[in-house]
Amino acid sequence: MPIPSPFHERTSPLCTSYRWKDWAGYCAVSSYDTSHEREYFAFREAAGLLDVTPLYKYEVTGKDAAALLGRMMVRDVTKLKVGRVAYTCWCDDGGKVVDDGTVARLTEDHYRVTAADPTLHWLHALSRGFDVAIEDSSARLGALALQGPTSRDILKSVSDADLDKLKFFGVTQAKIGSIPGWISRTGYTGDLGYEVWVENAHALATWDALIEAGRPYGIEPAGLDALDVSRVEAGYVLLSNDYFSAKKVVLESRKSTPHELGFGWMVDLNRGNFIGRDAIAAEVKRGSIWQLVGLEISWEELEALYASFNLPPSLPVTARRDALPVYAEDGRQIGQATSHTWSPILKKYLAIASVRRGFETLGGKLRIEHTVEYERRQVTATVAKLPFYDPERKRKP
Amino acid sequence: MSANRYDAIVVGAGHNGLICAAYLAKAGRKVLVLERRHQVGGATTSEEIYPGFTYTCCSYVVSLLRPWIIRDLELPKYGYEILPLESTFTPFPDGRYLMRDSDPERTRRSIAKFSPKDAEVYKRFGQEMAELGRLIKPLIDDPAPDPLSRDPRELLRLGRLGKQLRGQGDEWLYANVKMMTMSAVDFLSERFECEELIAPMAISGIIGTFLGIRSPGTAYVLLHHYMGEIDGSFRAWGLPKGGTGAIANAIAASARALGVEIRTEAPVAHLLMNGNQATGVVLENGDEIHAKAVVSGLDPHRTFLKLVGEEHLDPEILQQVKRFKMRGSSGKVNLALDGLPDLACLPGPGPQLTGGITIAPSIDYLERGYDEAKYGAFSRKPFMDILIPSLTDPTVAPPGKHTMSIFVQYAPYHLKEGAADWPNQREAFGDAVIDTLSEYMPNLKERILHRQVLSPWDLEQIYGLTEGNIFHGELSLEQLAFLRPMAGWSRYKTPVDNLWMCASGTHPGGGIMGAPGALCARTMLGKRAV
Repeated sequence: MPIPSPFHERTSPLCTSYRWKDWAGYCAVSSYDTSHEREYFAFREAAGLLDVTPLYKYEVTGKDAAALLGRMMVRDVTKLKVGRVAYTCWCDDGGKVVDDGTVARLTEDHYRVTAADPTLHWLHALSRGFDVAIEDSSARLGALALQGPTSRDILKSVSDADLDKLKFFGVTQAKIGSIPGWISRTGYTGDLGYEVWVENAHALATWDALIEAGRPYGIEPAGLDALDVSRVEAGYVLLSNDYFSAKKVVLESRKSTPHELGFGWMVDLNRGNFIGRDAIAAEVKRGSIWQLVGLEISWEELEALYASFNLPPSLPVTARRDALPVYAEDGRQIGQATSHTWSPILKKYLAIASVRRGFETLGGKLRIEHTVEYERRQVTATVAKLPFYDPERKRKP
Repeated sequence: MSANRYDAIVVGAGHNGLICAAYLAKAGRKVLVLERRHQVGGATTSEEIYPGFTYTCCSYVVSLLRPWIIRDLELPKYGYEILPLESTFTPFPDGRYLMRDSDPERTRRSIAKFSPKDAEVYKRFGQEMAELGRLIKPLIDDPAPDPLSRDPRELLRLGRLGKQLRGQGDEWLYANVKMMTMSAVDFLSERFECEELIAPMAISGIIGTFLGIRSPGTAYVLLHHYMGEIDGSFRAWGLPKGGTGAIANAIAASARALGVEIRTEAPVAHLLMNGNQATGVVLENGDEIHAKAVVSGLDPHRTFLKLVGEEHLDPEILQQVKRFKMRGSSGKVNLALDGLPDLACLPGPGPQLTGGITIAPSIDYLERGYDEAKYGAFSRKPFMDILIPSLTDPTVAPPGKHTMSIFVQYAPYHLKEGAADWPNQREAFGDAVIDTLSEYMPNLKERILHRQVLSPWDLEQIYGLTEGNIFHGELSLEQLAFLRPMAGWSRYKTPVDNLWMCASGTHPGGGIMGAPGALCARTMLGKRAV
């Protein structure tokens, strides 16, 4: 049974829809209202406040902290400056992705790692011989994501941090009101946004301070349904949905490499050894089997398809995680769309998909399955660049 | 070709003019848009009238902007963003209220307080209107079918349409014919029993017309508005971020990227005519610019009576133009607020303030407002459609402050004392609006920092809407489809050679729909006019 997060006392009475889901063992709000729409638009037009406590968090400290994480992560986090955060994935020896998350360098020898799956065992297994201490801070720290164009103004009015100086993927110690904590300019919505990290004991006071400061800026508590639409627009993959941890799957074919997930840019083969390096080098030589792509599904064809049933077009209102087969124009199945959603801001039906090599060309025409009245049909899907939505303010100083 | 020579000149940078220009440029044509004002948009405009507050001065919601236009012109890339309008809130003087929103069960419970029966019918009614509207929707995405035409292709299309309509069954046809001829109140009263629901629903039938909710023909206009609801499942009903001006700016940016040249503060005096042929335009500063075609983004009166000039028109055409009813009937009051006002019936912030707020407490209330207008006075107790855009889009006002947009009907252009008397009556009209609204929001007056009152006369002076008609001519049955703007000339072509019309005075009509502009361009390209 999922347990309440340290913010539950505040989120629970607001969740008038009673729509909750289990996120990493916590009760997490799917949507506060019966529709997630207002919360979604808060992310895009004002600010949404989302409880992200269920993320797994680890403190890696000691003189070898950088070396350990340098070995574990595909991205070179040893060169990370203090006050910077890196988004990265990590692999097994076979060069297959285990998980993805962020690595923040809080001080010279203090890193904080976030992960979607429990990672303590993996960190410990790799740490033999390194002079490090590893703490699972997941249950000690509460975390809130404040995402959206007015998020900076809200934090400015309530914290002592110099937010104009906090660059995209920066992190800083800060006081929120009088509460000590950390603010990082990170998030999963693909918009201007921050994450706030505080001790559990301060969780409720932090929530109250942000809500109070956010009122003039249109703050809305937001749930996971709104996040899911945003993250598809932002082109972010989700573990256990768009790909599977190499350590959890039975079939070899279910595993993914960094290059297959669009994480190739993180990999530096020319630096020292890291877990999975040789396998990745071999893959680069050989070529990847899969490619992660964005798909834009033809609205005109959808409309025509529904019209042939004498129906107006209809799509699910929330982002969906049921995989849909993707076909080449000659009818061969060449992949699957693993997340799909109607994008309220782009007015397009979008999907994140994995396709076989050779079908990833931008602008290429594929077919995707669409079921109407229990009949399985296909419509055209065009390969598009990820992220689908990438506002300038996301990274702007 | 000299620099001063274009394939097409579009007069007026309203949303339709810009869309038409963008489509022509997309097809490789050299296009110039000339705008009299200092900014693009026409009535699709946002302006910082009071420092720090962006008013969405005229049009305030977007319901029908065609999705294919949004995609064709890649408007989201250029800043087009629509925020959802979730609800309609109707307060009553006795402290009761009616809330309708996207949650069907919550809406059912709200209506059931007034009538449990109507609460059930309401949901079914939405489906019924959607079915009626869905068959009519293709008509707004194509030029109007013209029963007067002798073109075999056109007759074929009419035949297909007829077959499709007959295929819907007798009941559907009866309902439709009734709808074409009934008043909004009668049509709704056949289905609903409680006035508290009928009154706010009926107003869709009169917005922008000089008709009352009991006037025949207004039922059809209801349907016109319900079409927004169909697209509404994908949220075409909504509030443009940054006000409606942001839509115009997005279209203009897209048009520029396609190569369109846009000149503001370039008022056109009249057309250059050679016999019955338009060959270009003369600017008020005397400059002459030539083009293969001229496209008017102005209303039919302005197009023919000002741009072309009466002397160039056949008397019969002139008669038809003059018969086309403009008759503005509405005004706008925009407010800058120091904080949120409270609704007497449900004080405090909340969803009741985030959607539309409709002041339409009873059928008689609305009809009485019309009575005053019929005799040349603004309604002392008007119908109002109110929005607080800053609640959804905080960027339009300083933090914690708000903007309020109040659409007001009736405010007849032709006052008993004459239209030119509006400057004398403008503030009294504004007072009537605020006084009436204060009955529902007792602390409204204390919150007001600034007030902008736009009478139909002001809409004409500032935005060039003849007689202040927000739709470039009434959306009444006798002025729609193949009769818009006049019989025989519903295909964007005009009796003047090389002169085309692309704005709301043509099929399918007004609102931020964009279809006239796009269909005009499509027609021009199809006829190889440019």
